[in-house]
Amino acid sequence: MTDVTPYVVLSAILFSIGAVGVLTRRNAIVVFMCVELMLNACNLALVAFAKQHGNLDGQVAAFFVMVVAAAEVVVGLAIIMTIFRTRRSASVDDASLLKY
Amino acid sequence: MYSLSEAAHQVPVIEPSAADGTFSLLWLVIGLPLLGAAVLLLGGRATDRWGHWLGTLMSAASFVVSLLLFVELLGREAGDRSVTQHLYDWIAVGDLQVGMDLLYDPLSALFLLLITGVGTLIHVYSIGYMEHDPRRRRFFAYLNLFVAAMLMLVLAENYLGLFLGWEGVGLASYLLIGFWQHKPSAAAAAKKAFVINRVGDIGMALAIALLFTTFGTTSFTAISQVSGAAEQDTLTAVGLLLLLAACGKSAQVPLQAWLLDAMEGPTPVSALIHAATMVTAGVYLVVRSNFIFELAPTAQTVVVIVATVTLLWGAVIGCAKDDIKKALAGSTMSQIGYMMLGAGLGVAGYAFAIFHLITHGFFKANMFLGAGSVMHGMNDDVDMRRYGALRHAMPVTFLTFAMGYLAIIGFPGFSGFWSKDKIIETALAENWVVGVLALLGAGITGFYMTRLMLLTFFTTRRWKEDVHPHESPGVMTVPLVVLAALSVLGGVLLLGDWIVEWLAPVVGEAPHHEPPLPIIVITLLTVATVAVGVAAAWFLVGKREVPLTAPQDVSFATRAARADMYGDAINDVLVARPGAATVRGLTAGDRSVVDGLFTGGSAGVKATGNVLRRLQNGFVRSYALSVLGGVLLVVLALLAVNLA
Amino acid sequence: MTAFWILAPVMVVCALGILVVRKAVHAALLLATVMISLAVLYAVLEAPFLFVVQIIVYTGAILMLFLFVVMLVGVDASDSLVETIRGQRSAAVVAGIALGALLLVGVSQLSLGATVGLEEANAGGNIEGLADLLFSRYVLVFEVTAALLITAALGAMVLAHRERTSAKPGQAELAAQRVRDFGTKGLHLGPLPAPGVYARHNAVDTPALLPDGTPAETSVSQTLAARGTIRHAPDLADDIEDVQRALGGPAGGAGTPADTSAGSGHNTENPSTGNATGAGGPGASGTGTDEEAHR
Repeated sequence: MTDVTPYVVLSAILFSIGAVGVLTRRNAIVVFMCVELMLNACNLALVAFAKQHGNLDGQVAAFFVMVVAAAEVVVGLAIIMTIFRTRRSASVDDASLLKY
Repeated sequence: MYSLSEAAHQVPVIEPSAADGTFSLLWLVIGLPLLGAAVLLLGGRATDRWGHWLGTLMSAASFVVSLLLFVELLGREAGDRSVTQHLYDWIAVGDLQVGMDLLYDPLSALFLLLITGVGTLIHVYSIGYMEHDPRRRRFFAYLNLFVAAMLMLVLAENYLGLFLGWEGVGLASYLLIGFWQHKPSAAAAAKKAFVINRVGDIGMALAIALLFTTFGTTSFTAISQVSGAAEQDTLTAVGLLLLLAACGKSAQVPLQAWLLDAMEGPTPVSALIHAATMVTAGVYLVVRSNFIFELAPTAQTVVVIVATVTLLWGAVIGCAKDDIKKALAGSTMSQIGYMMLGAGLGVAGYAFAIFHLITHGFFKANMFLGAGSVMHGMNDDVDMRRYGALRHAMPVTFLTFAMGYLAIIGFPGFSGFWSKDKIIETALAENWVVGVLALLGAGITGFYMTRLMLLTFFTTRRWKEDVHPHESPGVMTVPLVVLAALSVLGGVLLLGDWIVEWLAPVVGEAPHHEPPLPIIVITLLTVATVAVGVAAAWFLVGKREVPLTAPQDVSFATRAARADMYGDAINDVLVARPGAATVRGLTAGDRSVVDGLFTGGSAGVKATGNVLRRLQNGFVRSYALSVLGGVLLVVLALLAVNLA
Repeated sequence: MTAFWILAPVMVVCALGILVVRKAVHAALLLATVMISLAVLYAVLEAPFLFVVQIIVYTGAILMLFLFVVMLVGVDASDSLVETIRGQRSAAVVAGIALGALLLVGVSQLSLGATVGLEEANAGGNIEGLADLLFSRYVLVFEVTAALLITAALGAMVLAHRERTSAKPGQAELAAQRVRDFGTKGLHLGPLPAPGVYARHNAVDTPALLPDGTPAETSVSQTLAARGTIRHAPDLADDIEDVQRALGGPAGGAGTPADTSAGSGHNTENPSTGNATGAGGPGASGTGTDEEAHR
């Protein structure tokens, strides 16, 4: 039997990279991609743990994550489109009027 | 000073029987004037035409009922002359059970007759006096309200009911002093009377509360039965608080300042409320609370001191006033001082205090109405320096006024002679210092009343040019005649010590004290003192030219008397200014300390917020960083827990 | 494990690449690499259904949606990568590394034990096994996801829908507008100029030259300008030497001194030719729509 620890480690690394991406990139679309990267990292961990425990619940969870991600992407991109239409900018820093 | 301890056990216990037969009409005495007031106040202009008749009728009906009750009471045995009527449960809260109970005994019976009798006469008089006032109906409504409240005061079976009447007469007094509210002076006087009365009412309220906590009841009957069991100090405190209340209502020093200003009200009001009835409520309170005062000699001593000071204080003020009503008001203050003195002397003096109260009610009402009649004829001028030689212009007024005058100075045979003489006599018997001062007061009374009489009805004409003095109409003179007759004949109440025996079931019977001098000597001394006062007035006023305006280069004593013995100034310095200063200080303290605490606190919060809000920089990524920081903390915590 | 050790570095590198590339399109491509690699790892982890779904739904649908939006928003919308919030980047990197380190510490503290493996669970087929779970234990969640998807679809439609506030201008209105613009603002009335036509370059990405030798910006599409793929005529002169060398002709450009001088002359007149691509930044796309309508 293969050990799933490397998969979990990879998942953690990808998650951290995604988090850093969310924090550093300013293009809303790229930020979104980084969020997707984090979701995918989670999925990897779920699938790995499914194998570890020998049941399919982890895979089902990953499946649901994908469904939710799809819905999220649709709405999120629509929001980005709307903001771009009015502000002519996809930068998350430009939408910073709601402040002190 | 003097000792009354041996009298303590003689305080009679009130043991009333339930009202039946004629006595079940007791509530009507209060109900009728109250009904009149309600109809007149609620009826509005519809009652304008006949309102004064209704008011008078109600008062008269009340008098008739009082008379019936009195006759009924006369027919009873001496020990059986106390009746209560329970109308309904008034307050029932926990231990505080107060019924709307009425108590009819010899003391209230006399008051009922005085209030309704004099009240009715003054109602009749007012029909003429207020004839041209567009708000006459309202005036009669207030008068009826006053009569009802005053009757409630003297008929109540417990202190709370008395307090109800007490406040009711205060309200009526306020409304009537300020009846001519368009005059700023009248409005101010009404306010002044109300405020000063409130000071006394604090004493009343505290006394009631103290009585309730001590005895668990406010009923006269109940307290009179158990008052001996209470501690001396408690009773002294109650007595002093009741005295404070009495001072406020009866214009005794130090709460005397309002009475002179109260003369801004219509003259019938001055006669009824501020001479005959309401101001004597304090005397009634002290006499009614005899079961407290008899057991609290200290409080009694204070009553005597206050009374003595007031009787001289008022008399001195009366000497210097040029305003006829204010001179009479000073006199009223002084005479109430006599009554209080009598009441303060204990069992020996209660009956005489009430006796003097009744005779004073007659002759002072008579004189006030007479003064009103004079003003009526002199275009409402009150300055005695513009009167003079009115005896020919107003013969009826003059004659009736003269009767009142002779009564008040204590001319032998007139009612005032009997009543005042008895008080002075008792005072001398109890304590010669007080007695001598009371004697001195009688002398001053002789002086200022003679001065008033001379300035008004004798000497030379000093009328203003457009004044044509005339006799008042019959509706005004008839009450004058009746009251004059009563002033002359009031002394019959003392015939065979009738009033002493009559009141004995209520106030007790004093053991006979041998006065330091034979009674006849005291009487002669009193008459002589009065004669000196009258003679002084004759030489100082009657024999000289009366200047039209008051001379200014006068002695300090005169200036002080003119300024009401600096009563207002004393109030100002002792109460008003420290009060205002305290309020200013408190306001400043509130602004700087209390408000500062809050504004400072809010400013601090605001400043902190100003710093912290910089964190809300609007950049989503900054917020995301905070979220990641939170995640880090959670993971750290998880690890720490799991690894620990 | 071979596949893992091959793919893991690739995935990490690609993921790091997402952090640094300037263009969103590149980021999308790197992400696609990561996702497909993930799909392979799913296959290795005995999840054939997720392997397929990852490729079809994630890489196929979601990423394509990303690309659509990138095109709608404009391929020119690239990040400058210059941080505007002070300390944000360093803080983010520190926090990210700390998070990774913490997670790794956490994982290293675990002893997962023997892996059970999915042979038993997948005995009746992976898809059938998943279906069993989905429609039994997770049926409620499944229904809720249905509601979520409908809501998301409706939400996207509502958000992306743009209500027309005025009638769409027809050909006649556009023509009238052009005449009005000519009358009021003196804009060019005729059609926009055609791209430049040169001996070796006649593509639409080569602007025509104006009489004074400067390139006519309006002769090429704004989108091309924004993408930075325009070749300016003077740059073409740099090719001449290469061409001649390739042809084996006389070197040094002596044969065509005029051409050379002409080329250099153009270069001196346009010292910032290379920056011309940069000029068509995000702001340029704002005016693009009108002029595209003219074309």
